Amino acid sequence: MREYQNIFTQVQVAAPDYPGVPIGDEEYNRTSGIIHNHWLGKLGDAQIGPIYLGTLGVFALIAGALAFFIIGMNMFASVNWDPVQFVRQLFWLALEPPPPEYGLTIPPLNDGGWWLIVGALLTLSIMLWWARTFRISRNLGMSNYLAWAFGAAILLYLVLGFIRPILMGSWAEAVPFGVFPHLDWTAAFSLRYGNLFYNPFHMLSIAFLYGSAVLFAMHGATILATSRYGADREIDQITDRGTAAERGALFWRWCMGFNASMESIHRWGWWFAVLTVLTGAIGILLTGTVVENWYLWGMKHGIVPAYPPIEATPVIDPMIGGAQ
Amino acid sequence: MRAFTMKRFASLLILGAAFLLGCEAPPPESVQRGYRGTGMEALYNPDTLQALVNANQVPAAIPAVSSEGPKAGDIYQNVEVLGHLSVGEFTRLMAAITQWVSPDQGCNYCHVAGEGFEADTLYTKKVARVMIAMTQNANENWGAHVGGAGVTCYTCHRGNNVPEQVWTIGVPPRRAENMGHMMQNVAHQESSVYTSLPIDPFTPYLLEDGVARAQGDTALPQGHEASIQSTEHIYSLMMHYSDALGVNCTHCHNSRAFGSWEESNSERVQAWHGQQMVKEMNNAYINPTNDWLPAHRQGPLGDAQKVNCATCHQGAYQPLLGANMLADYPNLGALAPAPEAAPAAMEETPAPMEMETSSLDQGVMGGEAN
Repeated sequence: MREYQNIFTQVQVAAPDYPGVPIGDEEYNRTSGIIHNHWLGKLGDAQIGPIYLGTLGVFALIAGALAFFIIGMNMFASVNWDPVQFVRQLFWLALEPPPPEYGLTIPPLNDGGWWLIVGALLTLSIMLWWARTFRISRNLGMSNYLAWAFGAAILLYLVLGFIRPILMGSWAEAVPFGVFPHLDWTAAFSLRYGNLFYNPFHMLSIAFLYGSAVLFAMHGATILATSRYGADREIDQITDRGTAAERGALFWRWCMGFNASMESIHRWGWWFAVLTVLTGAIGILLTGTVVENWYLWGMKHGIVPAYPPIEATPVIDPMIGGAQ
Repeated sequence: MRAFTMKRFASLLILGAAFLLGCEAPPPESVQRGYRGTGMEALYNPDTLQALVNANQVPAAIPAVSSEGPKAGDIYQNVEVLGHLSVGEFTRLMAAITQWVSPDQGCNYCHVAGEGFEADTLYTKKVARVMIAMTQNANENWGAHVGGAGVTCYTCHRGNNVPEQVWTIGVPPRRAENMGHMMQNVAHQESSVYTSLPIDPFTPYLLEDGVARAQGDTALPQGHEASIQSTEHIYSLMMHYSDALGVNCTHCHNSRAFGSWEESNSERVQAWHGQQMVKEMNNAYINPTNDWLPAHRQGPLGDAQKVNCATCHQGAYQPLLGANMLADYPNLGALAPAPEAAPAAMEETPAPMEMETSSLDQGVMGGEAN
């Protein structure tokens, strides 16, 4: 039997252009073009468009593109406009925040000034995009779960690049733009503040992150496994017996004794994803502002095991006692 | 149709697994060096271990000679750092140094043929004098780092005029006019061990008085200041330590608490003394030679080529894998004693037998060099 499936479908659903539900006054925000693409139809819906761009979308894209362009030009300038070196070294290149001696003052453009401008543009872009998620949800008569989830991620972004640097009194605490350099920042941040793994909010964030992945896999697999009974119409089936929904629920009851409902599984997923970034943001916010060294903090509060000394004579800091 | 797909899929999987098995490096040899479960292990790749051993063989020592008899400082002119050696010891050491440092050029790398050996005509001779004193100083005063095995010229030179791994003060790469540069994020730099970390971690910590302390030693903030940038400098320096010694972080540190001395191996203290030693070498010995160094022995900013961990270690956790060459050349073990007589008196002394001893030297050293 041929079945309709995505990734990868055996049956393409070829349908006439469908403009979507009418949204009244704000109709003008939507583009008019509709195309159909066979290959995208193997992954998802074959119909592309109409897109709801809107004023917010236009300005978000402009600000984002400008930020992207400035980052690229700074990287390009750092290799003396050499296109070969630009490609060769791309993953190493970066637009760095100002050096620590500037504190929170405005540095010259070539010494972190461009970083501040890019940060402002990128933040503007993201906030406009965020407002756009509210507006589109409203136009479709949806509630705002998507917007608030995105807002949680934005909070982490703002803590990393704006709120915490201000609390620390230095833009230099913020993250550089660049592939390897931002990873160096991550490693250096943990090294500087005594091992982030002993930060309880980092622990929570990891638990929610991994939990999100597990929940997503469990839910996705459950729906796929019962799609032959029409599980893709899960909300229709939520209270009925013998349906795909009930079979999915029974699988988990039989497997581990407890099962989510068709509605609650989505709340589980939403909260795990949102709490990943919320707890992460709290963990970053506390680091350096109220906690200096997470390892020593963990020792103080009994969450770090003490190991017996390795060597017969204890290893002592050679700088103790005024040695230099 | 479906069965065929499954079969094809399964055979692809098996092929892939077989391919990966063929690629896998041999299991590393590991040595536990810390409390169990902390991952404090030394790892060795059996494939490269033999190459490391081969690269760290010590040349056969020249037969020892008597320390009795006239002193080199009394027989030769202008002998400053080896004057307390007997003539035999002095000649033997000259021969060894030729072997270690200028096996191709021979004596003439430092001495001009036809001039007396006492002439300081060539910069190389003046450098050699400073380097000998530097070696003696390391052996006499830096036992906390060089231990019993000590160092000789060969530890670094290995038959090269200049040790293969030296450094000079870093300069930013070519960039657009007016473009700032934070001396990091440059690809393919050996000095940052090919990371995007800072490309000159040596100047702040092996030349200037930078203190490589990123972490505060209190749980809550109490005024310890270290920026993310300085942490990245330290990180880059630590990558150099690791690369130069062919070890991982846990050679010294328990990686859960890099800053904690209580959790560290004693090698970390040894490395700390090494940092101080190298700083002294670069400031007290190498930098002063810069006044008379030719440009091709200087870096882009006109500074002398300096020492870091790799200069001696060259990929081994102990240089020459701990071989004690100093036992064969004890004359390098301590600085020359302070001169008893006033320098003016020394100058008045005539140079006895100068020509004869010189030709004797030339014969012995020429033989070694050839």
